[in-house]
Amino acid sequence: MNKPNTPGQTWKTRTHQKTIHLAYWTAGWLLTTALATFGPIALWGDTQWLTLLAVLVNALIGLGMILTNVQFLKLQDEFMQKVQLQAMGITLGLSLVAGITFSLLDTTNLIRQDAEISVLILFMGLTYLTTLWITLRRYR
Amino acid sequence: MKNRVKDLRTEQNWTQSDLAEKLDVSRQTVHAIERQKYDPSLPLAFRIARLFGKTIEEVFQED
Repeated sequence: MNKPNTPGQTWKTRTHQKTIHLAYWTAGWLLTTALATFGPIALWGDTQWLTLLAVLVNALIGLGMILTNVQFLKLQDEFMQKVQLQAMGITLGLSLVAGITFSLLDTTNLIRQDAEISVLILFMGLTYLTTLWITLRRYR
Repeated sequence: MKNRVKDLRTEQNWTQSDLAEKLDVSRQTVHAIERQKYDPSLPLAFRIARLFGKTIEEVFQED
């Protein structure tokens, strides 16, 4: 279990601060994803180096988001780490199976729509939130 | 594993949040331990026992 980084800070304070940091990094990643996606269409047209720059900035901010998430998980106490690990494990498994199933449905033309990655990301987010909620309820 | 954490906490007139703050864990962790739904690690179990001035056997017992 992690000890306080700053004397006098409680678990609640530290977690709250890191949650805010994580929210900033996530918002930054979303904004740069939107910039890399819509920039070539709406802002700079066919200027390739600007598109490459936007993608690189997006990847770097994504890396920052991952590192902040790791720090966030390390700050959790042993029980909350267990809950998070369970939720992430279930999310990973379900996303892998659902992703492959969705892709197979697309490649075999059993569904009309394309298997877009955005659907999988949405599925992952909702699965993670739901399993986290269910896991916490189980320990009540 | 059974424990007497809730009894010991109420004897001190502490809320779950008070105990969580003293142990530097989340309130959910204290709640899960008190409900016997989660067995803490040895280091946390020792911290709990020490906080109440008890031995670990006085706080935690095998089922």
